[in-house]
Amino acid sequence: MQFWVIQTLNSLALGGLLFLLAAGFSLIFGLMRIANLTHGAYYMLGAYIGVSILKVIPNLWVAALLGGLTVAVFGGLVERFILRKLAGNELGQVLVTLGFAYIIADFCLVVWGGDPIPVPTPEGLDSPIEIAGFMFPAYRLAVVAIALATGVALYLLMERTRLGAMIRAGVDDMQMARAVGIPVSRLFTIVFCLGSALAGAGGILGGPIMSAYPGLDFDMLPLALIVVILGGVGSLIGAFVGSFIIGFVYTFGIALFPQFAYVILFLPMIVVIAFRPRGLFGRQVA
Amino acid sequence: MKKIAALLLIIALLAWPFAVGEFYVNLVSQIFIAAIFAASLNLLVGYGGLPSLGHASFLGVAAYLSALISLRWGLDHSLSAPLALAGTTLMAGLFGLIALRATGLGFLMLTLALSQVLWGTANRWVALTEGDNGLRGLTRPQVFGLNLDDSTTFYFFALVVAAFSFWMIARLVASPFGAALQGTRDQARRMSTLGHNVWLIRWVAFVYAGFWGGVSGLLFVYYHKYIHPASLSLTNSAEAMLSVIAGGAGTLAGPAIGAAIILLLKNYVSAYVERWTMLLGFVFVAIVVFMPDGLVPGVKRLWARWSRR
Repeated sequence: MQFWVIQTLNSLALGGLLFLLAAGFSLIFGLMRIANLTHGAYYMLGAYIGVSILKVIPNLWVAALLGGLTVAVFGGLVERFILRKLAGNELGQVLVTLGFAYIIADFCLVVWGGDPIPVPTPEGLDSPIEIAGFMFPAYRLAVVAIALATGVALYLLMERTRLGAMIRAGVDDMQMARAVGIPVSRLFTIVFCLGSALAGAGGILGGPIMSAYPGLDFDMLPLALIVVILGGVGSLIGAFVGSFIIGFVYTFGIALFPQFAYVILFLPMIVVIAFRPRGLFGRQVA
Repeated sequence: MKKIAALLLIIALLAWPFAVGEFYVNLVSQIFIAAIFAASLNLLVGYGGLPSLGHASFLGVAAYLSALISLRWGLDHSLSAPLALAGTTLMAGLFGLIALRATGLGFLMLTLALSQVLWGTANRWVALTEGDNGLRGLTRPQVFGLNLDDSTTFYFFALVVAAFSFWMIARLVASPFGAALQGTRDQARRMSTLGHNVWLIRWVAFVYAGFWGGVSGLLFVYYHKYIHPASLSLTNSAEAMLSVIAGGAGTLAGPAIGAAIILLLKNYVSAYVERWTMLLGFVFVAIVVFMPDGLVPGVKRLWARWSRR
């Protein structure tokens, strides 16, 4: 019984981390039609930068904030100076983002070395909580709570603010949005920075669970891709639901059938693609 | 002019193993393999407008199938090769059913996700694939009594297979089907209105490209006599895509030239620079930013401007 409880919680925690990663990916894809393959690398970069910040300021939340900000600045620069110049060249943009993924991966290897770096669990959350006779690792509950809070905040941002309305307009009809005077160009940079920040912060928040290690980027990227394909591109709710589905499928897949975890991962994707090619909550066909 | 150049190329390729040492013979053999792989991807990217980032699936699965059939069942190459190709083509048919539910970037993400599933499985299913250790102890086949372990013999074997592959791919491109495929790339809706089954055309092209990707995979595993999950990796798919873009998508010679450039870079630069991964990243960015339509169209354009003068 304890096994199921623990695995359920692990699933939720992974789902929460995936949501932080996939929400940004999905927003960027929805608005800018860029399949940002650097996104996994931003996650890893955030984890490593967080590790370095933790050495100076031993507080995980501060590290997540600063790590996310640093990655956001980097993402904004890439968007402004490289991706911007390739507008309309979708394949070129994909290859450039992949190129940056390799550059970041190797950069991290040079700076932080090849050994996994564990991230300490913040004090107060490092001991399990006992609820109804079961032990729950407190930090995982905290990650789930953060993901939920982020989801709500993003939802409110998208649905209740002027900025969100402009982003939605850009996703729905870019040309009309431009025509009515929405500064689409600035939105691009804002959304790209926001997506990068979420990925970077997710990386260090995931640190106490996954640690920071080389290859983390390309472990997370396919999961985020499958989440977005499953949930539908450009859809926040899709990213949310997809993240937790994949969190469960992957965690239980690894625990029960370690050899076939990736094959099992791919089953929900096939089912959804077969019946709804645009994904569960996607509006436009990808 | 073109005929003279082609003739010179043929003579150079035939004379190559007798003019240089073993290292260079092997290098060009590898270029042949990479060129078939890139050319098969070019069918999708260049002629079909279908940007696949999962083409390594076909190379890797054909190589793994051939290796596993030989190692586990002890079958001879004359049986394992057709079985591996048949298996790969079947998989291409299935993958096509899934990936072609979308086009454009959606197609790209689906092919990427599918190939990552295979890569993850090759890494994790240790009982079958030996995981990260890869499969060792493989052999090269005997073709018509010729021993392919000799590097010059293998060179000519790879040359013949590559020439045949390019001829078959060129024939498809020049055929009415090839014209229809390029039609679906440029004006899918009009093709549909004209009564063409756009989906079926794309699917057939996908399976055909998968088959030739499988052929390159067989040569790949024969050359290295070893197979590792890295052959299924995103990097492998991306390097092929980069070859196609660097050489010029939608040209016949482009992918071969692109594949040669990437392989030479890999072999020479990585001998001097330790950080190949980072360099590869910069090569990606540089090629897209400075040479967006590839070397072959770029040179053609320069040539046209020069000859007009």
